Amino acid sequence: MSINPDLQGRSYPAAEVYDVGREKIREFAKAVKASNPAHFDVEAAKALGHSDLVAPPTFAIIVAQRADAQLVEDPESGIDFSRVVHADQRFTHHRAIVAGDRLVAELHVDGVRAMGGGAMITTRSEISTASGERVATTTSSILVRGEGQ
Amino acid sequence: MSPTFEELTVGQEIGTRSIDVTRQDLVKYAGASGDFNPIHWNEAFATSVELPGVIAHGMFTMGAAVQLVSDWAGDPAAVVDYQTRFTKPVIVTDTTGSGEAGAVIDVTGVVGALDADARTARIDLTVVAAGQKVLMKSQAVVKVS
Repeated sequence: MSINPDLQGRSYPAAEVYDVGREKIREFAKAVKASNPAHFDVEAAKALGHSDLVAPPTFAIIVAQRADAQLVEDPESGIDFSRVVHADQRFTHHRAIVAGDRLVAELHVDGVRAMGGGAMITTRSEISTASGERVATTTSSILVRGEGQ
Repeated sequence: MSPTFEELTVGQEIGTRSIDVTRQDLVKYAGASGDFNPIHWNEAFATSVELPGVIAHGMFTMGAAVQLVSDWAGDPAAVVDYQTRFTKPVIVTDTTGSGEAGAVIDVTGVVGALDADARTARIDLTVVAAGQKVLMKSQAVVKVS
């Protein structure tokens, strides 16, 4: 099955809320081998002026990839997840993500481009709090490899 | 000590780091991130989709590489923008039980640009595994006091 070119310009509205928990920040920080105390110790985070534990710079990928899943799992998209390779990624933080945040992501498909037998798909997640405060913008390109790629 | 804007110059190295990676690290990252694509933990599956073997999540490499910058900045929230391209896979060999690394990622950070109005520094990261650059245009913009 090939990639549906009509995906370009499509958007998926914010779905379920993602609750940012302290233990998830600690778990993610350990998983990326972070050691900064602001990820682990509430007092250390507060000493830097934050209300609670601070998420590592790439933590928003959890929220962004949940939003991407709506596209990948959309039967109309034609994307075979096992042939997906991550091509590029960007995070722009409007403010830091901290424990206690309740986040939602609106997904936009900004580009679909045929590449050989596969396709490069660029998506953007606009991440905000459930009450509408902008938190982060993430952009991601994935290459869906065709046969032999 | 956190850096101050005035003491920075373009071209200055902020530090280096060497990151050991095992298959267990990839399983941990899968659980922490929710990315359970089997190319990151199952050799037979990875080779069946024409990969050379189990590869690290690009986001593991990106997330681990920026720790050099987070620690240099003092406050991880000072990293206001971070981007990269994933150019080569990091192949992680199975060393389970031996205590050896399955891959080693070497990170070097250099001040690539300074913005006096925004008081930000762009840190350019060179990220190498098995002698190849695995990330390109890996740039973190840091707010500096």
